[in-house]
Amino acid sequence: MSIKTETMTLNMGPQHPSTHGVFRLLVEVDGETITKAEPVMGYLHRGSEKLAENFLYTQFIPYTDRLDYLNAMTNNYVYCAAIEKLLEWEIPERADYLRVIVMELNRIASHLVWWGTYLLDIGALSPFLYAFRDRDICLDLLNEISGARMTFNYIRIGGVKWDAPEGWVDKVKEKVKELRENIAEYDTLVTGNEIFQARTIGVGKLTKEQVINWGISGPLARASGVNIDIRKEEPYSIYDRFDFNIPTREEGDVFARYKVRIAEMYESLKIIEQACEQIDEGEIIHKKGARIMMIKPPAGEAYTRAEASKGEIGVYAVSNGKNKPYRIKLRRPSFVNVSILQDLLIGENIQNLVAIFGSLDIVLGEVDA
Amino acid sequence: MDLLYMVLFAVVVLLGLLGGVTYAILFERKVIGWMQIRNGPNRHGPWGLFQTIADVLKLLMKEDIIPAAADRKIFVLAPILAFAPSFTVFAVLSWSDTLYAADLNIGVLYFLGVSSMTMLGVLMGGWSSNNKYSLLGSIRGVAQMVSYEIPLVLSVLGVVILSGTMNLRGIVQYQDDIGMWFIIPQFLGFVIYLISAIAELNRSPFDLPEAESELVSGYHTEYSGFRYAFFMLAEYTYAIAISAFATTLFLGGWLGPAFLPGIVWFILKMCIFMFIWFWLRATLPRARVDHLMQFGWKVLIPLALLNIVITAVIKVWMGW
Repeated sequence: MSIKTETMTLNMGPQHPSTHGVFRLLVEVDGETITKAEPVMGYLHRGSEKLAENFLYTQFIPYTDRLDYLNAMTNNYVYCAAIEKLLEWEIPERADYLRVIVMELNRIASHLVWWGTYLLDIGALSPFLYAFRDRDICLDLLNEISGARMTFNYIRIGGVKWDAPEGWVDKVKEKVKELRENIAEYDTLVTGNEIFQARTIGVGKLTKEQVINWGISGPLARASGVNIDIRKEEPYSIYDRFDFNIPTREEGDVFARYKVRIAEMYESLKIIEQACEQIDEGEIIHKKGARIMMIKPPAGEAYTRAEASKGEIGVYAVSNGKNKPYRIKLRRPSFVNVSILQDLLIGENIQNLVAIFGSLDIVLGEVDA
Repeated sequence: MDLLYMVLFAVVVLLGLLGGVTYAILFERKVIGWMQIRNGPNRHGPWGLFQTIADVLKLLMKEDIIPAAADRKIFVLAPILAFAPSFTVFAVLSWSDTLYAADLNIGVLYFLGVSSMTMLGVLMGGWSSNNKYSLLGSIRGVAQMVSYEIPLVLSVLGVVILSGTMNLRGIVQYQDDIGMWFIIPQFLGFVIYLISAIAELNRSPFDLPEAESELVSGYHTEYSGFRYAFFMLAEYTYAIAISAFATTLFLGGWLGPAFLPGIVWFILKMCIFMFIWFWLRATLPRARVDHLMQFGWKVLIPLALLNIVITAVIKVWMGW
């Protein structure tokens, strides 16, 4: 005799603590095993791309802050770089160095948020507070140079808005050492933990083929053995001047993603250190860049891409010669990366759902734009 | 006269327990705070001494919400049923040589039997809320508590075999007689007890039934205000009871150097256990359901059985 059982539809979100925002997952569970998963998005949709068409070129920069608000500097950069490509402007060297320093600091801050909240997702309370202690070091530095802690609006078309305050570069050098020691602490607190390893090793495996077919990028791809990092692949800004490695792993599971992100923080620290050594005095913005109304790119189109903390972020800009963009298209890594979720979750239980979903490291501002 | 005495004692224990729970919560928040490089509560009174009192007052003043689709009777009954057994077990605990409520011959059996009734409250709370997360939480909770009840009972058996009595006072007396706490001859049993007690208490790393990041607090998601406070009260009372039970069985109850009265020793030893629960909560991530079950059935139960065999052999051999 068999007992008749039914599956249950569980609606995770839009208000659920482990979705980190307003993401909704419709999962069908048989007991606790997932038989179907359907991501529903758009709760944070603000129509950023359409908004861009109604603003002056410079006015859209604050909107890029609000895409992936944990990694706003890279968003700023990739938008500005697209417009600069249209304008064919030469960027002052000091501005490029400042851009690299703030982008890498921001990458560390973003990875730290991921580290803390991910462990919170799988039930460890303390790492969150340690991560935010160190994230604050990064944010304080960024605050000092840009005047904001998250939505910086710092990188401008043609350069950066403010020069570094006196002694800032030395302070960064000092803090890099502190950060390196603190991040080493994380390994002792979490990485070797039996329960943590039991929950992450072999869970949520992504194959190389899946990564390529779904267009997944960033630490997620590198954890599955796809060695792609725009900073090396197609060095933008001045990334070709620094010596750093691209950490990759072959396993493709959640633990591999964890290790890749931790290793990436060390590499970012290395880049910051080198940039702080090489930086020179000089101009910080192209002479026309400071004047907002002057920016009128010639008709044409440009695509730029950069390596954000979540993956490859790209901006496709079309200009018709007026002072407002004709079209801005954003390639948002979180949006692309989250699409794999429906395949990845089948057959897992609710607890693995949280562990896998968290490991994708998405930001809803970027998923919905 | 006897009845009056018993009622009075019960009231005193209840009041003491409420105070104990109040400060256990503060203790927990302080300990976790320090481990997480922050201060913990420090606004209400010196060192935040009145923090929990303020929290309880807030909970009491909250609106009493019962979800429209909930099974009202069971919903109302669940928190009471969770709290009552965890408080009732205090009847057999002996706080010091002279301070105790009931000198029961089958104290160990009574404690284990009554305390396992708390899971009824968990099941009923999760079922009657008519919430899918609560249901999943309570299913997890009951599966976990049933599984870990077995190693818990088996680990206690070693102590019972050695001392030859189920009377909790007798067990302490026996430890006094042989001049050794049972934690030494029963170390394996002690470790098994500690692990299964954490699972019984639904505390981290086995806090699956109330996993806030997955099940949004599990079986008490729909509870608010006073009823929620009751669930919390039950949880902490049970934590204190399990600590007191462990103290009696493995750490020699009220025994200790004479410069402090027995009850102080008893409470100090209890605090060690409480500290261990809090410490684990601040350090470990949550285990996974299937790992938890496997660990319980495939590791803890065989080990506990082995412990019983070894203990029995030693008992016969050494003629203790």
